[in-house]
Amino acid sequence: MSLRSPLGRVLGRGSAKSGVSHWWAQRVTAVALVPLTVWFAFSVVHLPTSDHEAVRAWVGSGIHPVLLLLLIGTLTWHSALGVQVVLEDYVHAKGLKVASLLASTFAHLLLAAAGAYAVLRIAFTTGSA
Amino acid sequence: MAEFRLPENSRIRKDGKAHKAPEGAKNVRTFKVYRYDPDGGENPRVDSFELDMDDCGPMVLDALLKIKNEVDPSLTFRRSCREGICGSCAMNIDGANTLACTKSCDEVKGDVKVYPLPHMPVVKDLVPDLTQFYAQYASVKPWLQSRTPAPPDRERLQSPEDQEKIDRPSACILCACCSTSCPSYWWNGDRYLGPAALLAAYRWIIDSRDDATGERLDALEDPFRLYRCHTIMNCTEACPKDLNPAKAIVEIKKMMAEREHL
Repeated sequence: MSLRSPLGRVLGRGSAKSGVSHWWAQRVTAVALVPLTVWFAFSVVHLPTSDHEAVRAWVGSGIHPVLLLLLIGTLTWHSALGVQVVLEDYVHAKGLKVASLLASTFAHLLLAAAGAYAVLRIAFTTGSA
Repeated sequence: MAEFRLPENSRIRKDGKAHKAPEGAKNVRTFKVYRYDPDGGENPRVDSFELDMDDCGPMVLDALLKIKNEVDPSLTFRRSCREGICGSCAMNIDGANTLACTKSCDEVKGDVKVYPLPHMPVVKDLVPDLTQFYAQYASVKPWLQSRTPAPPDRERLQSPEDQEKIDRPSACILCACCSTSCPSYWWNGDRYLGPAALLAAYRWIIDSRDDATGERLDALEDPFRLYRCHTIMNCTEACPKDLNPAKAIVEIKKMMAEREHL
């Protein structure tokens, strides 16, 4: 039990003077994802065939690898921001909170790196081969 | 983690008392009322009271007063003005936060369930502990802060358009219906200020006579104090005064974004 005043408890350690950039980044990535996901879905549906070679050829051609890198980066960034908020909302045990925030950050970075590597590898090996 | 069950000592016992309607009553309705006695050492229970509505006022508060006067004088709740301006009788009726004095029994289908405001410590029966809620209101400094000396011979002037902006937010009666309906406030009420305090902050941020707009925004710029709001909009849905705290919070976020990014 603490005898600290209710107002002192509410004021706590003061304002963190941050949050607006997080909020803004969520909106910017959301807006960017609209054309990127529409383009991606449209393109996948309209592939001539759905076999491995057709997908490889599509990934490696023209502007596609650039847009795919943007899609992967924006998607994982947007997801990382969102999952962070969910964890802050619901996970209150201190150790678990730190562990889950770290796990989420690392998982998103891993996904982004793996996705980017796959796209680059296809882009640099198709056409020239 | 978020709590999915009530704490052990808050779970409702099954053995609530049932009070029958008086003999010969034709228009009977049942009120199921949450009861908790801090001195009894027992868990809360739900009592049911059958009332003769031909001999009772139309509002839920009328029914509660009838119960207290005629059936069980130990029933405890806050009330004062009985006309929706004091905010004392805020409670959860038929699953939604509202004022007992302006909620008509006819609006409720079936049994009328009456509980205290959700997710707050209960002092007794329908009386929640609002200490933290009031401290959060105080923390936004809900008073005029001006560095401009007041005119010596008259009040600080405000244009009708500027008055219009604070007209609705000023009508908040601090009943706590909004904040206690908000899931973000349930899970993080110790750090998130809640819709009522943020509506009050907004009312002073947009007041044309106030010179502390920047300091007020600074104090709110925090991942928990302001940004725990996820625009769920239960606050606006619950407000018995038809105010729009969700809109006020969005406006504050927009002001923050404009200050930093636009």
